[in-house]
Amino acid sequence: MSLIGARVLRKEDPNLITGQGQYVDDLAPAACAFMAVVRSTEPHARIVAVDTSGARAMEGVLAVWTAADIATLPARPSSLPGMDMPLITGDVARFVGDVIAVVVAADRYTAADAAEAVIVDYESLPAVASLAQALAPDAPMIHPVLQGNTVFFQDYTQDLSAEFAAAPHTASLSLVNNRCAPVPIEPNVVLADWGPAGLTVWAAFQAPHHLRNTIAAFFGISQDTTRVIAPDVGGGFGAKINFASEIFLAAALSRALGRPVKYTQTRSECMVAMFHGRAQEHKVDVAFDDSGRILALQVQVTQDQGAYPDATGMGLPVLTTAMSAGCYKIPKVAVSWRNVVTNTTPVAAYRGAGRPEASYMIERVIDLVADETGVDPIDVRKTNFIPADGFPYQTHSPLAVYDSGNFAGALDELLRHVDYAALKAEQAARLADPTAKLLGVGFSSWLEIAGFGPPGSLEAFGHLASWESAQVRVQPDGSAIIYTGASPHGQGTVTTFAQIAADQLGIDFDRISVRHGDTAVIPQGIGTMGSRAVAVGGEGVKTASTRVFERAKKIAAHLLEATEDDIVVENEEFHVRGTPSKSVPWSQVAWKSFQPLELPAGMEPGSLDATVFQQVPNFSFPSGAYCCVVEIDRETGRVEIRNMYLVDDCGTVINPMLVEGQVHGGVAQGIAQALYEHMQYDESGVPRTATLIDYLVPAASDLPGYVSGRTVTLNPSNTLGAKGVGESGSVGAPPAVINAVVDALSHLGVKHIDMPATPQKIWSILRGSK
Amino acid sequence: MGMIPARFDYKQAGSVAEALQLLASCDDAKLLAGGHSLVPLMKLRLVSPSTLIDISGIAELQEITDTGPVLRIGALTRHRVVERSKVVAQHVPLLAHVAALVGDPQVRNRGTIGGSLVHGDPAADLPSVALATGATMVVTGAGGERRVAAGDFFVDFLETAVGPDEILTAIEFPKRTGAGFGYEKFVRRSMDYAIVGVAVQAGDQPGIALVNMGSAPRRADAASRALASGAGVDAVAALAADGTNPPEDLNANADYRRHLASVLTKRALLAAGYR
Repeated sequence: MSLIGARVLRKEDPNLITGQGQYVDDLAPAACAFMAVVRSTEPHARIVAVDTSGARAMEGVLAVWTAADIATLPARPSSLPGMDMPLITGDVARFVGDVIAVVVAADRYTAADAAEAVIVDYESLPAVASLAQALAPDAPMIHPVLQGNTVFFQDYTQDLSAEFAAAPHTASLSLVNNRCAPVPIEPNVVLADWGPAGLTVWAAFQAPHHLRNTIAAFFGISQDTTRVIAPDVGGGFGAKINFASEIFLAAALSRALGRPVKYTQTRSECMVAMFHGRAQEHKVDVAFDDSGRILALQVQVTQDQGAYPDATGMGLPVLTTAMSAGCYKIPKVAVSWRNVVTNTTPVAAYRGAGRPEASYMIERVIDLVADETGVDPIDVRKTNFIPADGFPYQTHSPLAVYDSGNFAGALDELLRHVDYAALKAEQAARLADPTAKLLGVGFSSWLEIAGFGPPGSLEAFGHLASWESAQVRVQPDGSAIIYTGASPHGQGTVTTFAQIAADQLGIDFDRISVRHGDTAVIPQGIGTMGSRAVAVGGEGVKTASTRVFERAKKIAAHLLEATEDDIVVENEEFHVRGTPSKSVPWSQVAWKSFQPLELPAGMEPGSLDATVFQQVPNFSFPSGAYCCVVEIDRETGRVEIRNMYLVDDCGTVINPMLVEGQVHGGVAQGIAQALYEHMQYDESGVPRTATLIDYLVPAASDLPGYVSGRTVTLNPSNTLGAKGVGESGSVGAPPAVINAVVDALSHLGVKHIDMPATPQKIWSILRGSK
Repeated sequence: MGMIPARFDYKQAGSVAEALQLLASCDDAKLLAGGHSLVPLMKLRLVSPSTLIDISGIAELQEITDTGPVLRIGALTRHRVVERSKVVAQHVPLLAHVAALVGDPQVRNRGTIGGSLVHGDPAADLPSVALATGATMVVTGAGGERRVAAGDFFVDFLETAVGPDEILTAIEFPKRTGAGFGYEKFVRRSMDYAIVGVAVQAGDQPGIALVNMGSAPRRADAASRALASGAGVDAVAALAADGTNPPEDLNANADYRRHLASVLTKRALLAAGYR
């Protein structure tokens, strides 16, 4: 029986739920010292002086470093030339959170006290806290190398003025995609141990090999003596592929002090130091006819890069504009983007990274067209969908060739769960009763680009390559160990990859272990991001397992004196098809695979061991249709989600429980962005939401139950057919929620509400309407 | 930046007398009960006391006593105990109801009623119950016990009538057996402090009190008077924010808070049985 699609319990859980997981902060080698960071409290300021004398004088303090102490080290990797993010800034602080000094002490408490004792003398500079401020004429400048604050500008890819002039109708929309903080449960944590034999770095990271290669290059040391270990990692959401400065500082300090140095970010630091996500503004124009058919779309994306542009952050608007047409066949699409610096925390990948912004924009546009034409939003979607037989579909972007999907099918499946007519009737009835809560129904037919794997797709973000490694190594007793470069941070990869391997090998799931996260053990690797683990890494496990199985069959055939083509495996026994009595157990085949005298001619011992660097020809395109039903309290403006219906199409499902977990978590983050979370700065650039009291991460009790459905169109780029699902919920949920909120208020003439739809915002609208 | 408090001494007190003695002998000491208001402030280094005097082991302050006209609740009684107490539910049902709405279960299992009241946070739930029910605070100092009416207890932001060398030892709630009550807490997330809250105690001596509508917990005086004089629900609710100077933050400006106070007052009145 195939394990693909089976509800298998996670192999990871017994460890994690009994508190036996091992995170970086759990490690405490002998003589470990602790690092604390002194961060700028100013958004933009010249650093006049840093007085470290008080900290240095404290008992137990081992080092206090300022910029002068790291003058020989390069800037933070992944920076842009001329706009480098210094590991420790010496002249100017450019955001609240910028590193000004680091302290190392024998214990964590002394380190915190010493950091507190460092006195920084600032001379405030005018700051730009928002895109509007950054783009204003005569705006203060952050990087002298720039003329203004725009790092890169791409003008509209084509001129659509004729199309817009000829169109029966046009409409425009300005959207803010609110800045979010990633807030993984585990913040950035690093432990660096630089000894005579080399450097070992334990880090909460999503791509350990990528980090190993980068650290080695950074310090000019050899990769063979540089080891990175990502043990259990407590969430990342993309933020843990960023090269946190603290990683390199801890390593440099370990080298200088000759003892291990550990740094555990506090939550307060994490809120301002861990790179943020989203932070885009969109200006959209759409041309359409009476039936709601879209004739042309023009999108300008302005991406807030924060104080220091990051290579990943620079790619975000590229992804957003590539996916701007969503599920729709739009004859003419012109896109434009610009990257702008501000005196805020840098912005980079956060669950969905560029694609939630695209789906939010196009799904808001669809509802706007519906509102303008009076055509139902469902019908506008169906009118414009790329048909199920329309694949492959070349979009306006060379990056995105949609290879599969059934958008109308997903919407139909969704409508099987949603009684749309009844909801609209209920909405009308409530409108007539002034004491009733308002009801709103919102849809999103969303599509994302995932499965980052085709050549070039990750190299663009500084990675070595875009394949993923997999090694399958059968042990002498017939159990197997899988090694993957797709190091997980909560995805359940140990379980899904064992399911894939068990199917191909015919070895029991319980006798397959999956190892990851250690560059000294894993034969190269890329990492877990962009919903690629199963679509690329899992496919690699399948390819390697198939190779091993073919060799095992050869050995079994030899032992059974049969022909290879007649060999089948069942319950860990190889036997000749149709002759179950003639059999040899997997354990014996494995054992003998190491004994030269037992092998068929030409086969070498140890051959049940295969390493694959899995390539895929294209990205994957997970899609789906979501529906959100909200109620709005007319007196308080509070939005409550009554129902959330989710139809996902992620291709083949390896483990339905893990897919549900990913969808639920992603949808929770999407709802969070739509209703709760917003990283805000005051006009001078001081963060206003730097604690979890002010930055509203919703809890389980704030979220609705979900009704889930599924459609399956296979991913043609791998043999598994799996597309990836890690980011889907965060792509699909925000537009469904906001479309519902706007629907509930549309009788007041409301065309759009920016996220998050807070009670005060809605109360202001309701009050204004009276 | 957060998480690690400054150095402090730690002492345990086994009795109220011992706690008072320690308080008098240490400069800048703080009492530690459940720690759920104090410790977060210490971790952010907004507060750095020289000494923590742990009073959580004092058994005499953890009792709920029915004295006839009042329920006397020891200051160290945990929210969870108040929430689940049958005698509290019977005689001061508003208190039992609101205790169950404080924070989350972890907070309620550690936090104490006295700690919550003496912290004087205008956004906390329980001060409004003390104010609406007309509770009396029992404050113990070197000279013995003194009694402070709830209305005189909350002085300003995080400031109460308890002196630096005194301890809030008990709260006496007048029995409101069988009387209606209502509590409305407006939050964006279920476990948060109230953006605005309103407590209503019905009965012979009705009272309305507000959460997060000023620098200190406060009674809605005009609305309470109107209620006592028999005004209708809408008229009373319209007076809820009278005389308040509500704070402004990311969740609500002053106008919105005043509006919420009125809406929530009406809802709490309806819940308390007023029509």
